[in-house]
Amino acid sequence: MTSLLVIIVLVLLAVALWQLTKIFDLTQVGASSDDSQVASDNDNNVQGYIMFGFLAFIYIFTIYGLLKWGNLALHTPASEHGSLVDNLMNITWVLIFIVQVITQGLLYWFSFKNRGNKDRKALFFADSNKLEAIWSIIPSVVLACLILYGLYAWNNIMFVDKDEDVIEIELYAQQFKWTARYAGQDNVLGKANVRLIEGVNTLGVDMSDPNAQDDIVVSELHIPKGKKVHFKMRSQDVLHSAYFPHFRAQMNCVPGMVTEFAFVPTYTTAEYRELPFMVEKVANINKLRAERSAELVAKGGTALDPYTFDYLLLCNKICGASHYNMQMKVVVDTPEDYKKWLSEKTTLAQDIKAAAAAEKPAEGAAPTTDTAAKVIDTVKTVVDTVKAAVAKVAMK
Amino acid sequence: MSAEAHGHDHGHDHEHEHHHKDTFITKYIFSIDHKMIAKQYLITGIVMGVIGIAMSLLFRMQLAWPEESFKIFNVLLGDKFAPDGVMANDIYLALVTIHGTIMVFFVLTAGLSGTFSNLLIPLQIGARDMASGFMNMISYWLFFLSAVVMLCSLFVEAGPASAGWTIYPPLSALPQAIPGSGTGMTLWLVSMAIFIASSLMGSLNYIVTVLNLRTKGMSMTRLPLTIWTFFVTAIIGVISFPVLLSAALLLIFDRSFGTSFFLSDIYIAGEVLHYQGGSPVLFEHLFWFLGHPEVYIVILPAMGLVSEIMATNARKPIFGYRAMIMSVLAIAFLSTIVWGHHMFISGMNPFLGSVFTFTTLLIAIPSAVKAFNWITTLWKGNLQFNPAMLFSIGMVSTFITGGLTGIILGDSTLDINVHDTYFVIAHFHLVMGISALYGMFAGIYHWFPKMYGRMLNKNLGYIHFWVTAVCAYGVFFPMHFIGLAGLPRRYYTNTNFPLFDDLQNVNVLITTFALVGGAFQLVFLYNFFSSIFYGKKATQNPWKSTTLEWTTPVEHIHGNWPGEIPHVYRWPYDYSNPNHDVDFVPQNVPMKEGEEVLHH
Repeated sequence: MTSLLVIIVLVLLAVALWQLTKIFDLTQVGASSDDSQVASDNDNNVQGYIMFGFLAFIYIFTIYGLLKWGNLALHTPASEHGSLVDNLMNITWVLIFIVQVITQGLLYWFSFKNRGNKDRKALFFADSNKLEAIWSIIPSVVLACLILYGLYAWNNIMFVDKDEDVIEIELYAQQFKWTARYAGQDNVLGKANVRLIEGVNTLGVDMSDPNAQDDIVVSELHIPKGKKVHFKMRSQDVLHSAYFPHFRAQMNCVPGMVTEFAFVPTYTTAEYRELPFMVEKVANINKLRAERSAELVAKGGTALDPYTFDYLLLCNKICGASHYNMQMKVVVDTPEDYKKWLSEKTTLAQDIKAAAAAEKPAEGAAPTTDTAAKVIDTVKTVVDTVKAAVAKVAMK
Repeated sequence: MSAEAHGHDHGHDHEHEHHHKDTFITKYIFSIDHKMIAKQYLITGIVMGVIGIAMSLLFRMQLAWPEESFKIFNVLLGDKFAPDGVMANDIYLALVTIHGTIMVFFVLTAGLSGTFSNLLIPLQIGARDMASGFMNMISYWLFFLSAVVMLCSLFVEAGPASAGWTIYPPLSALPQAIPGSGTGMTLWLVSMAIFIASSLMGSLNYIVTVLNLRTKGMSMTRLPLTIWTFFVTAIIGVISFPVLLSAALLLIFDRSFGTSFFLSDIYIAGEVLHYQGGSPVLFEHLFWFLGHPEVYIVILPAMGLVSEIMATNARKPIFGYRAMIMSVLAIAFLSTIVWGHHMFISGMNPFLGSVFTFTTLLIAIPSAVKAFNWITTLWKGNLQFNPAMLFSIGMVSTFITGGLTGIILGDSTLDINVHDTYFVIAHFHLVMGISALYGMFAGIYHWFPKMYGRMLNKNLGYIHFWVTAVCAYGVFFPMHFIGLAGLPRRYYTNTNFPLFDDLQNVNVLITTFALVGGAFQLVFLYNFFSSIFYGKKATQNPWKSTTLEWTTPVEHIHGNWPGEIPHVYRWPYDYSNPNHDVDFVPQNVPMKEGEEVLHH
């Protein structure tokens, strides 16, 4: 409602403004020649000064932005290659900043300085090979350096050495959730295809593949600090993008193919929470949340929970109506905690067995003959119910 | 009619004018006169622009005050998509998608290129009309039809296309994945197919006209930069638009006939689909093969308009005329080999990423040349701050601000972490959205007298520019920061992420600037439509310009010039030439005896 009022006020303001210009025009009736809508020396003067004012606006707004919002940007990278990325980013920023300040300065300063005047004549200055050479060569050299550094970093980040000791994890995307599959003892992920999705095997893992026997499927991602994690990504339905902002990592998940990205986490979740900038950020967020909670409670709503930091995996490729809520918590553990956590998880093979067993007692209550056909029937009905349930969820 | 009228080609035109009586329909609707067609493009573009910008204000309100109830949502979006005035999440995506589509294709491609190519190519090269007036008319009416189809898709029951303006499959192919991918998407594809046909007819016409119908003395190196940019833009369009058409056709096959060009191994809504062996990455390649040149199709004409307007109003030749042409050609060439920078993290081979990083960053060089040449054009000029000039300077400013962050996005390493965040939105809105819009506004303010024979009110123009300039920075500058914070684009709300709670104040500020900036476009609309009827009468050459369009009479006539077509004796930028007393020498003024050419 308030914003509607704001809009109405703005419209009225606009109306008032053009009425003013009408009056302004009327006062100039005497001078109304055919050129009355062409800039006069007076206009040139006024607009020239506003040009200068606008330059000040840009500079001040930039400084204000850096001070006020600078700390919103992602801070310390939580991965090994992240510092390489941030380093290149900082160099690029310094460069951009310098060029921006100089070029905008020149643009508006020249505009102000050379504002038109009937008594002046412009300088006929059509070209200068020297000047043009300068501003072709300098950007070329600078860009060459940036390109080289960029390519060096890119090759370091994107190509995973086959012999390297890495932990293989599959990230599985679907509307609108993430699932992770760990490769288990053998560190080799079993084959998978969506055509094999059945019951609790929601990832379509090929259970006839020996490598799949020890695979573990979980809905919360844990990774150990200091060890290279090699993610293999799949998607079940549409494009998704696995975005780990704090780790400076992102890769699309594409149905029909496996994509990959690898990084080494350098801070455990607990350590990252303790970093001074993060303590400050969380305190600030909680202050904002407390204000919002007070508002909500006053309106009869429930208060928001206070926030503690966790690494997140977000979906960053438009994937459907609930795209804005496709996330997974990521926990970086110490290697010991990681091992312990993983060892407590059951394998997919066990899950499938347990699911089948859970079905059996229900059937066992009824008088049954032990024929194979009967078992197959049971499995079929189970599969059908699960399918229907999945369909329902997906439809939602 | 001029007494000197003779020569048989002219005689024919002369006769034509006398015997051909325009009816209302042939004059205003199915006109084959390029000036009328230009005006038709412009008005259609403005109408689409109002719709596109209004949509952005709606979703900006949702982002600033998420899930809050606004009566206006309910009024505009209806009970299905905004029950009780709260915007639903699927219509949010639809608004984003259609905003992008309308602004990129209908406003900044057809509205900008269509208007000014049609208006200026014949007038500035000294031709009586386009090479094929009939095809030109068809081109406009196909564009109109495609706009109508696109607008119809807004009223489809399940909602319009909502897979983003990039319509990546499988999301755009499967109605199970998002409701907008049903009839809404079909209409989107049909509309774009018609649009592409229209665009191709227009482009072919522009190319042929520029190559064949230049008046005597108008060599390629005497063409105004506007014509150069329209010409090159048309070439890029002819090269890249057909690729989008083929992508759209293959997508239609996948959607309707069960082929698997872009789809493979999909399990959705509880069942496995039959698709096998296709790849969405292929679609991305095809899409961006148009999609990236498209941003140059949008920005190059704006650059041309700005170059021309800047020289006229600085009363100085454009600095480095030949370098400007070379840089346009270089940009055009490079634009067709950089599409992969939209796909660094799409899953394509990282080595390909390296190549695209290299070609992409190369574009910064011709862009830098252009920016510095514009700035030097202002140096020691005698600047006439007409509203068109303000928008031109504004365009250079936003082009630099937005272009510089391209160095970050074009670098594959840095793109990893800002890809698809608000940083990207800030970047491309400044460098091609706002810049091209400024170019379009500059063009409208400058050539309004040529189009309607009347002047726009300059004071309203000043207000329009300054409020727009402040608001454009107010909207897009803070957006860089929320992008650097990692906020993904196309999120209906970020309330599900306490991590982003501290960005909410910035979002409110951005929306406030957007609403103010949007509201002040009404000043322009008022100025535009009232000046068509009540504006001050224009003189023949109000800006004291050198190019040929200002040698035609104020009242429009078929064939543009009542007498013979003027011959051209000099380049288009003889402003403040020291050999002459006046500060501009039109192109049709013969060289004085012993006058030397003062430029390369």
